[in-house]
Amino acid sequence: MGERLIELRDIKKSYGNVFAVGGVSLHVDRGEVVGLLGDNGAGKSTLIKILAGAVRPSHGQIFVRGKEVPGWSPARSRDAGIETVFQDRALAVQQTIVRNIFMGREITTAMGFLDVAKERSEAERLMREIGFTSKVFSPDSIVGQLSGGERQGVAIARAIYNKADLIILDEPTTALSLTETEKVFRFVRTVRESGRSILFIGHNIHHVFDIAERFIVLDRGRVALEITKDEAKSAENLIAFMEHIAHPNGPNPLEAILAERAAHRQGAQA
Amino acid sequence: MSSLSQPHNASIKPSPWRKFLLGNRASLGTLAVFVVMMLIFFAFAPGIFSRWPIYNSVLLTLPVALFLVVPLVFIVTVGEIDLSFPATMGFSAWIFALAVQAGFNPFIGMIGAILVGMGLGFGVGAIVVYAGLSSLVATLGMNFLLRGLIMIPTEGKSISLLGLNDTLAYKLFSSSVGGFPIQVVWALIFVIISIFLYNRHRFGVRVRAVGDNPDSAAQMGIDTKRVRVATFVFMGLGAALAGIFSTMINFTWWPSSGDAYLLPTLAAVFVGGTPTWGGVGTVAGGAMGAVIVSFIQTGIVAGGLSGFYVQFFNGLIIILSLLGHRWNQIRYR
Ligand SMILES: Nc1ncnc2c1ncn2[C@@H]1O[C@H](COP(=O)(O)OP(=O)(O)OP(=O)(O)O)[C@@H](O)[C@H]1O
Ligand SMILES: [Mg+2]
Repeated sequence: MGERLIELRDIKKSYGNVFAVGGVSLHVDRGEVVGLLGDNGAGKSTLIKILAGAVRPSHGQIFVRGKEVPGWSPARSRDAGIETVFQDRALAVQQTIVRNIFMGREITTAMGFLDVAKERSEAERLMREIGFTSKVFSPDSIVGQLSGGERQGVAIARAIYNKADLIILDEPTTALSLTETEKVFRFVRTVRESGRSILFIGHNIHHVFDIAERFIVLDRGRVALEITKDEAKSAENLIAFMEHIAHPNGPNPLEAILAERAAHRQGAQA
Repeated sequence: MSSLSQPHNASIKPSPWRKFLLGNRASLGTLAVFVVMMLIFFAFAPGIFSRWPIYNSVLLTLPVALFLVVPLVFIVTVGEIDLSFPATMGFSAWIFALAVQAGFNPFIGMIGAILVGMGLGFGVGAIVVYAGLSSLVATLGMNFLLRGLIMIPTEGKSISLLGLNDTLAYKLFSSSVGGFPIQVVWALIFVIISIFLYNRHRFGVRVRAVGDNPDSAAQMGIDTKRVRVATFVFMGLGAALAGIFSTMINFTWWPSSGDAYLLPTLAAVFVGGTPTWGGVGTVAGGAMGAVIVSFIQTGIVAGGLSGFYVQFFNGLIIILSLLGHRWNQIRYR
């Protein structure tokens, strides 16, 4: 098992008296791809916004490489090597591609003036690296003129720019065509091969099962299941489990597997 | 430029000219408005507009307008508005006048006025941003409040500064060289630095990002509140410079100093092609807007029409410019 990159302990977030996240503990290790699953409104986006520092948790602690980081914020999150592609892309659509990629960390020369040439060539390199190149746009194109898939490319290019240790992708393939989706998956594999970690949120469980090696299922703001790919065996098992938590009258399809794991752990402890 | 992407993009790369036109369409549109306006003036009063004095009198009032309009472009871009700059201008000019009247070197007075202007800008910005008030209403309130703070102790009396004439500061900042008012040079330097600040500096880039999508900017680690407050501090700096320059050229400080600039400056920003919704704007266009507004005021009277026409033509130009920019400004969402 790799080094523990990031760990959340008992994170809660309430809006009014509703808990969007109601006491979640989870971790991501170096070099692993974790799939975060859950129904609409389960709290996935809220959780990753907390990881990204965009939302302040009402309770809980955040550890980076084993050390607690107080005063967690977007800047702290980025400094800790976490880059996030938000569900809504978080792009400034009246600005150019370059401006969006370098938003908040402009490449500057003396006295804060921009190094325009360097930013432009870096942007071109990034766009090429992830395969989001096109005849119709250049780094100086306005993001508002791009298609949904192209905007996604800009958001991803921004996330890989500073060689983050953990890249969080919140439903990156929603609303993408098959070919664009395939590009995103290829990108995920490239990142994994380079030894970096990914936290991937998606609603297509077959897709998530393909690319992740561990899964966390959220249900109404709590962790309902945390399971490795080996243990889950198949995407169908995961789907059946998610149907089970949505309509919990039948037996838990993963019950046998979970019981076996519990027994195994007890055995290991004894 | 890498060799790999060169052939790939070559077919679509717009010519440098086209790129320049597209990138500066707002300010070029404003330039067109200016040219048309001047042609009309020429047609009606060729005798006046083909001779220098009319331009000289515009150049006398223009610098103050430029110091005000440029920072206001930053504020509108970041998604706020400021109606308190006239009082800030009057207040900092007051500090300058008091210092000079008390026998201090005018340079000291200028530094004091600039510090006070930026301090007031910070105060106004902090009230708007950290208390989460509407900038439209809060800055309106601050304008009354600060003007009141000037009026109460001075009881509406002006300060005359005839001694300024002999000082180095006056020669440097306010004399004229060969009939050309030197204030214009300083104002142009200010405009050019601001153009770079807006387009090529981290500050301007962040102002645009925050005005475009404050949530994204915050998620990308930009301290959006700080950026917004900074635009008000910049406005305070511009207002102080405007106040100092206007006091110098008149050798007098009036308690109402700055008041007359509120509406023309606001008009100049929007005539210049900066849209109201934030995220984009143009400093060069704003400067040109200030030129247009100054010319209407001076030009109409000089052109033989009575002063009663000024407001009508002011309004006409504002509406026509907005209509022109209407199809020029594309709002992406
Ligand atoms: N800013 C907010 N104010 C109030 N409630 C919110 C806010 N953000 C999220 N919530 C609530 O928190 C819950 C979790 O939302 P969240 O966006 O995290 O869900 P999700 O798992 O990402 O769903 P989806 O799959 O639809 O994206 C929802 O019930 C939502 O209504
Ligand atoms: Mg979501």
